[in-house]
Amino acid sequence: MNIVVPIKQVPETSNVKMDPVTGTIIRDGVESIINPLDLYAIETAIQLKETYGGKVTALTMGPPAAEKALREAIAMGCDEGVLVSDRKFSGADTWSTAYVLVHAVKKLDDFDLIIAGERATDGDTGQVGPAMASALDIPLASYISRIDSVRADGMTVERLVEEGYETLEIDLPALLTVVKEISYPRLPTLRGKQKARNTELPVLTAEDLEVEEVYLGLKGSPTRVVKIETPKVTRGGTILKAVDEESMNDAIEELVEFLKTREMI
Amino acid sequence: MEHKGVWTIAEESEGSLKSVSYELLSRGRKLADALQVELVSVLIGGPVSDERLQELIRRGADRVLFVEDNKLSSFTTETFSNVLSDLIRSRKPEIILAAATVNGRTLMPHVAMKIHAGLTADCTELAIEPETGNLLQTRPAIGGNILATIKSPNHRPQMATVRPRSSKPLDADPARKGSIERIELDPALIDKRVRRVGFINNEGEEGNIQEADVVVSGGKGMKKANNFGMLTELAHQLGGTVGASRDAVDRAWAKYPQQVGLSGKTVTPKLYVAIGISGAIQHLAGMKTADIIVAINSDPDATIFQVSDFGIIGDLFEVVPLLNERLAKEKNR
Ligand SMILES: Cc1cc2nc3c(=O)[nH]c(=O)nc-3n(C[C@H](O)[C@H](O)[C@H](O)COP(=O)(O)OP(=O)(O)OC[C@H]3O[C@@H](n4cnc5c(N)ncnc54)[C@H](O)[C@@H]3O)c2cc1C
Ligand SMILES: Nc1ncnc2c1ncn2[C@@H]1O[C@H](COP(=O)(O)O)[C@@H](O)[C@H]1O
Repeated sequence: MNIVVPIKQVPETSNVKMDPVTGTIIRDGVESIINPLDLYAIETAIQLKETYGGKVTALTMGPPAAEKALREAIAMGCDEGVLVSDRKFSGADTWSTAYVLVHAVKKLDDFDLIIAGERATDGDTGQVGPAMASALDIPLASYISRIDSVRADGMTVERLVEEGYETLEIDLPALLTVVKEISYPRLPTLRGKQKARNTELPVLTAEDLEVEEVYLGLKGSPTRVVKIETPKVTRGGTILKAVDEESMNDAIEELVEFLKTREMI
Repeated sequence: MEHKGVWTIAEESEGSLKSVSYELLSRGRKLADALQVELVSVLIGGPVSDERLQELIRRGADRVLFVEDNKLSSFTTETFSNVLSDLIRSRKPEIILAAATVNGRTLMPHVAMKIHAGLTADCTELAIEPETGNLLQTRPAIGGNILATIKSPNHRPQMATVRPRSSKPLDADPARKGSIERIELDPALIDKRVRRVGFINNEGEEGNIQEADVVVSGGKGMKKANNFGMLTELAHQLGGTVGASRDAVDRAWAKYPQQVGLSGKTVTPKLYVAIGISGAIQHLAGMKTADIIVAINSDPDATIFQVSDFGIIGDLFEVVPLLNERLAKEKNR
C-alpha cells in the first residue's frame, strides 16, 4: 500500500505569548513543528504500511526550512519526504495550496491512499484535504476516527460526526482526513533519526510541477486577508474568592444572582 | 449572466430540518437585504414535507430549492458536491453559506475547489462591504489569537462556512411568503465510491456539546472520572451538557466528542462553565465565543479568569456540591 501524507509545518503555539502592550503574538523564538494534528495521519499511515507493506511518503509545501518537518516524519517511520517549494507558492490560500499539492502528488509514484490531518492549527480551516480529493477526483472520507478493515480495492472506516459514528465503505485510491481519536503518534526512534539525517529530500518547484502560474501563491488565491485584529482577551468579569464558609456562601449567592440576571436560571 | 442572490445550505435529518438551517437564514437575511437580492435556502436531502419546508420561509427564506431523493437521505461528499456544483453552475449565486459542521466543512471545500471559488472557514462575523458589495468574512485563527477578515474580490460565488450557534434564528413570521421549488435528482450526479453502511448514535442523553445552550466542562482539576458526576448534576440543573478539556479526555474521564478546544470542538453556548480548567490557549480557542463564561478554579492566576464574566476562586470539590444544592433549592421555590 503506497500512502502519501501531506503535512504542514506550523508555528508551535502551545506556549503562545501575547505582547501585553501591542496586543500581538510574540513570534521571537517560536519554534516550527509538524502540525500536531498531522501526527495522527503519519501514525495511521505507518501502521497501515507495517500491516500491508508498501511505503509512506510525507509531502509538504512550504519554505526550504519546512524540510525539518519532513525529516521528523521520516524519523517517526515515513520512508520518503518530498518538499514542494518555490517563492511563487508563497501566500497561497487553501485553494491554491490544494492545487499545488495535487500536482505534486501526480509527480509521485502511484498511490493507494492519501491521509491528511483534520486541520492545521495555524490556518485552522481543514479545507486542504477535501479540496485535494476534489481536484484529484478520488473518493473522500473526512473526520475518520478508525480504520475497520482494508481490502485490495477498498476499506471500511468510521467517521466521527456530531451525532455519533458513521461506517463508510470507500473505494481505493482514496483520501482520508483523520481525527485525533484514530491513533497515538509514536515518538521518533534513534534509528529513525539517523535515517532522517541521511535521506535525500527531493525538492519540487513550480517548473517541475507543470502548474499554471495564474493559480499560484497569493495572486492565484481566491481569498484575501484584508484585516487582522487581536481580540481583547479579558472580559473583566467579577472574580470572587471562596476561602471560608462565609465567603463561599457569598460567592455562590452572587453567582446564582448573576445567572438569574442573565436569565440562565 | 451575473452572479446574484444569497444561498444558505439547509441540513435535514430523517425528515426534520436541523436548527442550523435557520441560523444560517438569519445570517443570510442580513446579507440579502444589504444587497437587495433574493435569499434562497438550498436543501439537498431525503423527503421533507411542504409544511416543514414552509418553516424555512417563515424564518427568512424567499425561496426554497430542494433537491429531494431517498438516495440523498444521508450525506456523501461526492454526490452532494456534484448536486451543489451543478446548481451553482446553472443558477450562479453570489454568496453561499453553509454550517461549519462536519458535513459542511467537508462539502464546501470540495465544491469550492471544483468551481474555483474562495472559501472562508468557520466564520463568526459576516457583512457586506458597502463600497464594493463584497462579502467580508471574519474568523478566528491561530488558536483564536487573532481575528482575520477575509474577502474574495474576484471570484464568485463567495463561499463561507459559519460557526454553528454563532447567530440566532429569526422568529418565525407566519405572514412571510415565498416559493418552494423541488428539483429531481439527476441520476448522473450520483457517485457510489463512498457508501454509508452503518451509523451509531452516541449522543446518549447528554446530547451534542455544539448544540447545547449550556456546557459545563471539567478539566484536570476534577482529579478522577467519578467526580464528573457532580458536573452532570450541575449540567442538568442548568439545562446543559458536559464537556471537557483535553487533559480530562486524555485521562479517559470524558470522551473525545466532549473535548472542547483546538483539537476538539468549538462551542458557542449561551453559558460555558469551566471547572478545574486552567484556560490554556488551545482550550480558549474552543469556547471563547460563548456568551457568558463562568469559571471555578483554585488558582487565582488561572488564565481562565481573564476570559470569565464570573469567577470563583476556590476548591471545586467544595464549591460545586454547594452550588448544586443551592440550584436545587432555587428550582423548588
Ligand atoms: C496542538 C495542541 C492542541 C491542543 N488542543 C486542546 C484542546 O482541543 N482542548 C484542550 O482543552 N486542550 C488542548 N490542548 C492542551 C492544552 O494546552 C492544555 O494542556 C489543556 O487544556 C489543559 O487542561 P486542563 O485545563 O484541564 O489542565 P490544567 O492546565 O492542568 O489545569 C487544571 C486546573 O485545575 C485547577 N484545579 C486543580 N484542583 C482544583 C480544585 N480542587 N478546585 C478547583 N480548581 C482546581 C488548577 O488550578 C488548574 O488551573 C492542546 C495542546 C496542544 C499542544
Ligand atoms: N502546505 C501544506 N503542505 C502539505 N500539506 C498541507 C499543507 N497545508 C495543509 N496541508 C494538509 O491539509 C490538512 C488541512 O490543513 P488546513 O486546510 O490548512 O487546515 C493538514 O492537516 C495537512 O494534512
